[in-house]
Amino acid sequence: MRQFSQLLDSLVYTRSRNGKLALIAAYMRDAPDPDRGWALAALTGNLDLKAVKASAISEMIRARTDPVLYEMSRDYVGDLAETVALLWPKGEEQPAELDDGSLSLSAVIDRLHSVSRAAAPDALAQMMDHLDASGRFALLKLATGGLRVGISARLAKTGFAHAFNLDVDDVEQVWHALAPPYTALFDWAEGRSARPDPEGTPYFRPFMLAHPLEADSVDLNDYAAEWKWDGIRIQIVGTGTETRLYSRAGDDISGSFPEIAQAFAGHAVLDGELLVKGDTQGGEAASFNALQQRLGRKAVTAKMMTDYPAFVRLYDLLIEGEDDLRTLPWTDRRARLEAYMALLPPDRFDLSALIDAPDFEALADIRAGARDAAIEGVMLKRRDSPYVAGRKAALWYKWKRDPLTADCVMMYAQRGHGKRSSFYSDYTFGCWTEDGELLPVGKAYSGFTDEELKWLDRFVRQNTLNRFGPVREVEKTLVLEVAFDSIHGSKRHKSGLAMRFPRIARIRKDKPAAEADRIEGLKRLVS
Amino acid sequence: MAHWIEPHPTGIYVRPADAWIDPSLPQARALVTHGHADHARGGHDHVWATRETLAIMGLRYGTASGTAVGYGEEIRLGGVTIRYVPAGHVLGSAQIILEHAGERIVVTGDYKRRPDPTCLPFQPVPCDIFVTEATFGLPVFRHPDTGGEMDRLLHALHANPDRCVLVGAYALGKAQRVICELRARGHHDPIYIHGALERMCALYADFGIDMGELRPATGVAAKEMRGAIVVAPPSALNDRWSRRLPDPITAMASGWMRVRQRARQKNVELPLVISDHADWDELTDTIRDVAPNETWITHGREEALLHWCMTHQMRARALALVGREEEDEG
Ligand SMILES: [Zn+2]
Ligand SMILES: [Zn+2]
Repeated sequence: MRQFSQLLDSLVYTRSRNGKLALIAAYMRDAPDPDRGWALAALTGNLDLKAVKASAISEMIRARTDPVLYEMSRDYVGDLAETVALLWPKGEEQPAELDDGSLSLSAVIDRLHSVSRAAAPDALAQMMDHLDASGRFALLKLATGGLRVGISARLAKTGFAHAFNLDVDDVEQVWHALAPPYTALFDWAEGRSARPDPEGTPYFRPFMLAHPLEADSVDLNDYAAEWKWDGIRIQIVGTGTETRLYSRAGDDISGSFPEIAQAFAGHAVLDGELLVKGDTQGGEAASFNALQQRLGRKAVTAKMMTDYPAFVRLYDLLIEGEDDLRTLPWTDRRARLEAYMALLPPDRFDLSALIDAPDFEALADIRAGARDAAIEGVMLKRRDSPYVAGRKAALWYKWKRDPLTADCVMMYAQRGHGKRSSFYSDYTFGCWTEDGELLPVGKAYSGFTDEELKWLDRFVRQNTLNRFGPVREVEKTLVLEVAFDSIHGSKRHKSGLAMRFPRIARIRKDKPAAEADRIEGLKRLVS
Repeated sequence: MAHWIEPHPTGIYVRPADAWIDPSLPQARALVTHGHADHARGGHDHVWATRETLAIMGLRYGTASGTAVGYGEEIRLGGVTIRYVPAGHVLGSAQIILEHAGERIVVTGDYKRRPDPTCLPFQPVPCDIFVTEATFGLPVFRHPDTGGEMDRLLHALHANPDRCVLVGAYALGKAQRVICELRARGHHDPIYIHGALERMCALYADFGIDMGELRPATGVAAKEMRGAIVVAPPSALNDRWSRRLPDPITAMASGWMRVRQRARQKNVELPLVISDHADWDELTDTIRDVAPNETWITHGREEALLHWCMTHQMRARALALVGREEEDEG
């Protein structure tokens, strides 16, 4: 357990992305089987344990220590798991602050898997006696179901890939064919067996992404124009017998949108935008706010499905049956997609229309005149572009609508004024440097609805790292799309940038923090 | 009980001796427990302290006027018998034992119970009134084994041969202790030190503390410090000074490092829980050992220790002395 708990500790303290990758890679190389597989499951959020409730944990500590001293400690430390880990009174015969080495990570997981909810606190207590403070912290985080060490599933997989000189996209491809503790994955990574065959499983394919358009124009003979819709980019993967929906980060979100998964019975892989129908636009796509109601919910009620009916606007067809179309030019894939539409129920799927413009100037006019709330901008796709993973120069561009926007990561929150004084409503957000450090680029306290404010406030309270008077530092995991009028150079800020009239345009629960914008990119917007 | 000793926000006044213990304002007669700035101030007319503490005060304030009191030696001031007994905190640190009118009072200053190669171990003295610190007076503070923490430091050092490990350590006591502990773990490479540590390390060496080869970190090419340990005061960690170092891993040796948020707040990558203060168990064990009629708590997290004394049927009060800094020393 000590190797794993030390890894978690180091991940908490290491700021740079490269540093975190190196730590994960070293662990994946050195740790024994099947511990490292379980660790990979824990880091990628694929550990499926019955979570022990926080109230059971605090009951457990109250039974073992003076409740007044516990309260004082909790006040001082903040986090429940950490307080209990530090405070835990070991039995007389147990070695003091020492992990006695008797518990492996896999033994811990086995125990947590097999124990009933009622017996879980006792089982935890027994295990706590064999660990040091770091080990107890790791154990409590595993048991309460959330490691929260500030890394995404993607980062963990990238670390794994680095350990064995693999391409993370190759790992991603086989990922969904595997289950913890990923024995087949390690066998492949260390050359003991062939690459696991993902065929027949609904596995995720890496998305093709777009660069922001920086040139003044492109030739529409080379590029097709299409609306960029303001929803959640998703991938639909069907094997004919099973369908999964994946988010940008490769997270399986089928459970949040069961009506979509059920409406698709094909054997194909499609790329599209998940939207919610809004009647204000005559049955067209509603604004992103409506979609927010559906995100991140584990259980979906029938009412939510009626109130916020989801559908997918399709952009691309990657695979049809046995045919991998990704190497074909976009024009050919588009034709196949248009033909494929006939097979799909129209209440759940429609086609993203192309914008018919004779030249770029005309396109600019159409873009400027677009009033649909669900339009985020224009996509420009090279007509001969294959479907390739990631952002490849000069193939696809996104041409976002004014105002300027940037995807930033929330760093600090402060209480508001007046009627908002009980809410954390002022947010400082940042973007990434080339070294993977997050630097603040601005502060905003508007743009969100009351509902969103409640959600943001809860996020701040549940993800606090530090308190400085009225200000809280939060876990750097939440992406905020920030709209602003312009951006300028500034000596006052470490990032060298200052935004004019920034406001929160959207909360991007779907976007991993590592994919937020970079300072370099923002600098190019300086006016 | 003991009407002859009075706690004031600025220190403890011993009336029959007309002397103050660790006064925060200049006084005519000061009894000083140890050299940390929150206990030893400059400007007193006359100081009684150990030889080491007087030397440290001389280094810091340029004044050497004082009477050296050896450990165990008895002196008398206005009918009070006074003894200095090792506190195990830093070089020269002492508890001050006062006897008068058939009563014995122990003022600990700062102390710890675990071994420290740079000073004599704490000696428990049974007493009527025990005046204790409580810097780490919360049960979450339980310092782990020092050797284990040093091993983590050496592990990080060896795993990153192209980087250096920059250890933030308080200039008086912690820095020298960390260096000695490293030597005891078999690390004999030269250790680089920040300029602010040089004179204090030289003073320790004069008192016979062997720290092996120390080199100034200033004026040395970055590549020479690759794979080396650099020790600096905590204030230098995130300072422009550290930019000269080869991609440093920032470590910090302090009891506060036990709490994650504290470490993250200071941008520390490698928190080392090494403290010169008693942790919760040491505080409560010590109160049991000296079995006083009454415990006075000078500074730190006094509420929790007060509560503990009360639930263990021991009389206690909190003194709330001013100007005691807990942060850097830890
Ligand atoms: Zn001290
Ligand atoms: Zn002190």
